[in-house]
Amino acid sequence: MIAATYAYIVTNFPFLWQGLVVTLQVSALVVAFSLAGGLALGVAIVYGPRILYWPIRAYSDVIRSIPLLVLIFFVYYGLPALQVQISAFWAAVLALSLFKTGHVIETVRGAIGSIPPGQNEAGKAIGLGFGQRLVYVIFPQALRRFLPPWLNAVTDTVKGSALVSLLGVVDLMQSIQQVIGRTYEPLPMYLYGAAIYFVINYTLSSLSRALEARFAYIRE
Amino acid sequence: MPASLAPAHNTGNPIAVEMRGLNKWYGEFHVLRDINLTVRKGERLVICGPSGSGKSTMIRCINRLEEHQTGTLMVDGIELTNDVRNIDAIRREVGMVFQQFNLFPHLTVLENLTLAPIWVRKVPKKEAEEAAMYYLERVKIPEQAAKYPGQLSGGQQQRVAIARSLCMKPKIMLFDEPTSALDPEMIKEVLDVMVELAREGMTMLCVTHEMGFAREVADAIIFMDRGEIVESAPPSTFFANPRTDRLKLFLSQILRGH
Repeated sequence: MIAATYAYIVTNFPFLWQGLVVTLQVSALVVAFSLAGGLALGVAIVYGPRILYWPIRAYSDVIRSIPLLVLIFFVYYGLPALQVQISAFWAAVLALSLFKTGHVIETVRGAIGSIPPGQNEAGKAIGLGFGQRLVYVIFPQALRRFLPPWLNAVTDTVKGSALVSLLGVVDLMQSIQQVIGRTYEPLPMYLYGAAIYFVINYTLSSLSRALEARFAYIRE
Repeated sequence: MPASLAPAHNTGNPIAVEMRGLNKWYGEFHVLRDINLTVRKGERLVICGPSGSGKSTMIRCINRLEEHQTGTLMVDGIELTNDVRNIDAIRREVGMVFQQFNLFPHLTVLENLTLAPIWVRKVPKKEAEEAAMYYLERVKIPEQAAKYPGQLSGGQQQRVAIARSLCMKPKIMLFDEPTSALDPEMIKEVLDVMVELAREGMTMLCVTHEMGFAREVADAIIFMDRGEIVESAPPSTFFANPRTDRLKLFLSQILRGH
């Protein structure tokens, strides 16, 4: 039994590995794009001029109110109708990035907003300029409030990336489906796939906890 | 009526802070009403009054943590306008100590003290650290230099906050209820530092209800109520001969039990 299980895991791994690489690629790209976009828009919504506030607010509220699957289908099937040609892979990355950017905006806004106003005032009072206050006073403190929910969102991204299999992208999820298609053994295969997702995400959430402990010395 | 504050020995000194017809509103609420005030270099001014009387708002206008709407405000010869360069220039010369200390919790005590000298005054790190240690000695907590603010008592934190301001070598110090958030047994250690600072000739504007401190160091005390300067006098007359009923009532309330 153990030998058979072992053989099952080993024989199927090379194929699943290719899918896993795609899952990790999608996740990494989405994390990078949403981090860049969300940081820029999140800082803009807090400190930017009034004319930036409402468009960003609207974007974040709308995007977070749409099911991710609807957004993925919208980008993949909707953009070609607008004469934008896009591959399944990039449609998936784009849709997930748009979605996650909304969440990063809110995480950034919340992290900055949780810093007491007195911190900014103390920075002003000792003569620090606007940029210096952000870099030396606000951001280092906001970072530790940003990291745990953001790492949580990263695990969400890895999990959410399974939806790209619905566009035919051969990610981990799609690879699992294909193996099941050949072998007609759904239960062990889904368990196997779940285990792989678990290993990735459990590693990330452990990292999140370690980071929280790392910043525990900062007390108000 | 401009409040005449300067006692004899300071009348010749140049003006540090001057407010002329200063007004400020929060929406409909008229928080500062036609404030006229002159503080000369080396003068120590104590500001008291009931909560909501505008005293904190008034001193927060001096380093532009609050914006006034009409009137003029000159600090160390520079007029405060919306010009960011003027605001930055004034903030470099004006130190402020807050009720809630507002130390940076992610930085050590030493880093709190050297941050502005290094990045604003461009002082080399080593020199800034030596200066920081000098000021920590003066507030009598050099041994806490490597600790984080969260590891210190309230009184120690407030002394660090005073040292942090002094590291910028300010010409004027503002104190916004510096002892109000402290446990009673820690008030003295902070007041001692402030008294010493006053003895060295620092120009100080202190919002405080520590009337013992006011008696000991103030050249003048002003009493504010509902956004106005109601009365201003040297400590002796301020306590002995209050002219208005509002001040009499206020003194009877805060001096009860003293």
